[in-house]
Amino acid sequence: MSAPHAAHGGPAGFETAKLGVWTFLATEVLLFGALFTAYAVYRAEYPALFHAEHLKLDRILGLANTIVLITSSLTVVLGVDAIRKGKVRLLRGCYGATILLGAVFLCVKYVEWTAEFRHGAYPGTNIFFSLYFALTGLHGIHVLLGMGVLAYVVVLAGRGRLSESYTTPAEMSGLYWHFVDLVWIYLFPLLYLIG
Amino acid sequence: MENDRVTESGGDESGYLAERGWRSWAFTLDHKRIGVMYLLTTIVFFLLGGLFAMLLRLELLTPQTKYFSAHAYNVFFTLHGAMMIFLFIIPAIPSGLGNFFIPLHIGARDVAFPRLNLASYWVFVAGFLVVLASLVAPMDTGWTFYTPYSAKTGAAVATLSFGIFLIGMSSILTGLNFIVTVHKLRAPGMTWHRMPLFVWGMYATSIIQVVATPVVGVTFLLLAMERLLGMAFFDPAKGGDPVLFQHFFWFYSHPVVYVMILPAMGIVSEVIPVFSRKPIFGYKAIAYSSLAIAFIGFLVWGHHMFTSAMSPLANAIFSFLTFFVAVPTAVKVFNWIATLYRGSITFESPMLYALTFIFLFIIGGLTGPFLAALSTNVQLHDTYFVVAHFHYTMMGGTVMGFFAGLHYWFPKMTGRMPGEKLARAAWALIFVGFNVTFFTMFIVGVRGMPRRYAEYLPKFHQENVIATIGSFLLAAGVLLLFWNLWHSLRKGARASGNPWRALSLEWRTPSPPATENFHEIPEVTDWPYGYGKPKRTPA
Ligand code: HEM
Ligand SMILES: [Cu+2]
Repeated sequence: MSAPHAAHGGPAGFETAKLGVWTFLATEVLLFGALFTAYAVYRAEYPALFHAEHLKLDRILGLANTIVLITSSLTVVLGVDAIRKGKVRLLRGCYGATILLGAVFLCVKYVEWTAEFRHGAYPGTNIFFSLYFALTGLHGIHVLLGMGVLAYVVVLAGRGRLSESYTTPAEMSGLYWHFVDLVWIYLFPLLYLIG
Repeated sequence: MENDRVTESGGDESGYLAERGWRSWAFTLDHKRIGVMYLLTTIVFFLLGGLFAMLLRLELLTPQTKYFSAHAYNVFFTLHGAMMIFLFIIPAIPSGLGNFFIPLHIGARDVAFPRLNLASYWVFVAGFLVVLASLVAPMDTGWTFYTPYSAKTGAAVATLSFGIFLIGMSSILTGLNFIVTVHKLRAPGMTWHRMPLFVWGMYATSIIQVVATPVVGVTFLLLAMERLLGMAFFDPAKGGDPVLFQHFFWFYSHPVVYVMILPAMGIVSEVIPVFSRKPIFGYKAIAYSSLAIAFIGFLVWGHHMFTSAMSPLANAIFSFLTFFVAVPTAVKVFNWIATLYRGSITFESPMLYALTFIFLFIIGGLTGPFLAALSTNVQLHDTYFVVAHFHYTMMGGTVMGFFAGLHYWFPKMTGRMPGEKLARAAWALIFVGFNVTFFTMFIVGVRGMPRRYAEYLPKFHQENVIATIGSFLLAAGVLLLFWNLWHSLRKGARASGNPWRALSLEWRTPSPPATENFHEIPEVTDWPYGYGKPKRTPA
């Protein structure tokens, strides 16, 4: 019955942190869920418009970004595995690589957005592009946040705070990154492939 | 005798309040101090919101606009509504009293994530500052921000939306913290069925906060983007759909009425058994009905939209489901009344407010079905009947529950007793003033006076004068209440650890509690309601 007691301000236990992060992820799912709902509603309402507009997106860059993010999930897994075995340097390397891949993702997104602007597709153009920019924009912010969290873990590890007996921050941030990745896995087919 | 259950002694004189200076508050990780900061902040907003209410009532003294313009009236009712809802009633009990008492109730030293707790307080304050910034072009949309008007009006909708987004974030973080705290930090022996009912209520509330708030968060974000970037979500001219806004808005805002009411019901469930000295009747029914309310609450949002061109089938389904929420609510009320039955009741101030809660909430509750029923809704929609109904539930219910909690826990939080004479005088003023104000609104509503207008037909004049007189009595009562608590804080009699002879864990620490709550984490062997019958487990 008795559970670990977090001391004042001290690090919460692993199980406690895990429940916290999962609950947080549930709220994130709902945040995107509302947007997905809006997408479903409007797509049912204007199938022709959605079909015509989705062709204007760059599938090649979208695919490239999908591959980038999937790879980044792999590097996160390797990082978590490393710290479980106590290999702090390897953890830092893997997380550094993940952050780099996140940056690549954002750069590609930037290229895409500027191309779309050049072709006259703005957030206010129509309901499809409103949703497109809202969804990818919100997701982009999450990528950025995720990179920040991973960077914090790299710093913690550098200060010798992590070891095989204390992996919580690494595991929790990894979980979050997988979520960010997962959202994109839904966004890519929805926006780029299904017309 | 149950008060022989020793209250822990020791610790320095003023417990968690010992440290002084603003830094010891602004950077504190102690859930009790954070709770106190929330309480003080939200009470300020309550008084501000009340000030706007008085301005509205003043204007409504005469059928024609007299003191300010119709636009100013729109701004005032928007500010009144938005402040009362987002800055007072949603955070006050959960973030204020909940923060203070959940860890004490379950025998924990703090919440699961103390830093997150402090962060959520400051996010709340930041949200308020952004709301303030929106006053450069005050909102005139009503607290519901309905599109397409809100997408077009000259007011600072984007700013206010963002402010409320931040406040919502703070609410999510608090809910998350409580869920994890209740799951992971219960003291040895504190099984789910030994948890105080306040904790059950707060647990159900937290689930709603975590599930519903993100949806309204994006909704306000979309609204802000629509205004800033010309996006097309809700503007029909660009293919958007204003009814989608209403769905999103009410998917949150209906469940949120339970965020407002469930914590207050939790307080009442604590107070009633203590002051009737009887085990609470139907513990499990009360506990699980909180969860039931939380879940059913998610299915009924459409009843706010009967007149918004949904399909007739959808209307019928929402109407039907809405009646279902009444069942778990009624279960609670019956159980409180059964607890009172043949109890040795005493009428100290917490009990007076708790009984007032039951009385006013029943009236508010019984008038709900008129609105939930499709046929009468169409007649009463947007009349003062609605205004009366939600003030009976929100103010007659939640605010009375809040007052009950403030008086009940005042000795624990401050180490002083609330002055009883003035507390009762304030209660009498509030009770009379409240009913004169809002019962009159039922009458004028049935007679057809529409809400949200600065002017009205002369035939409604008499009722409006009565309502305004009532509201001034009510306001006087509220001011007296807070003046009394303020005065008691300095001059009140010293409180012992357990002045009400209650059985839940918070009363086993000194008043006020030490920073670490318990010198030793208590071992729990019984439920907290075994008055007269020790060792009885919940029925
Ligand atoms: C002194 C007590 C109060 C008085 C005299 C009062 C009076 C009023 C009046 C006259 C209106 C405007 C009706 C209209 O023109 O449509 C109103 C609206 C409202 N009140 Fe109160 N009120 C009081 C307390 C509260 C409390 C405690 C809450 C919630 C916690 C609350 C929530 C609201 C809301 C949500 C609205 C709707 C605003 C809108 O239409 O946008 N009020 N109140
Ligand atoms: Cu509702």
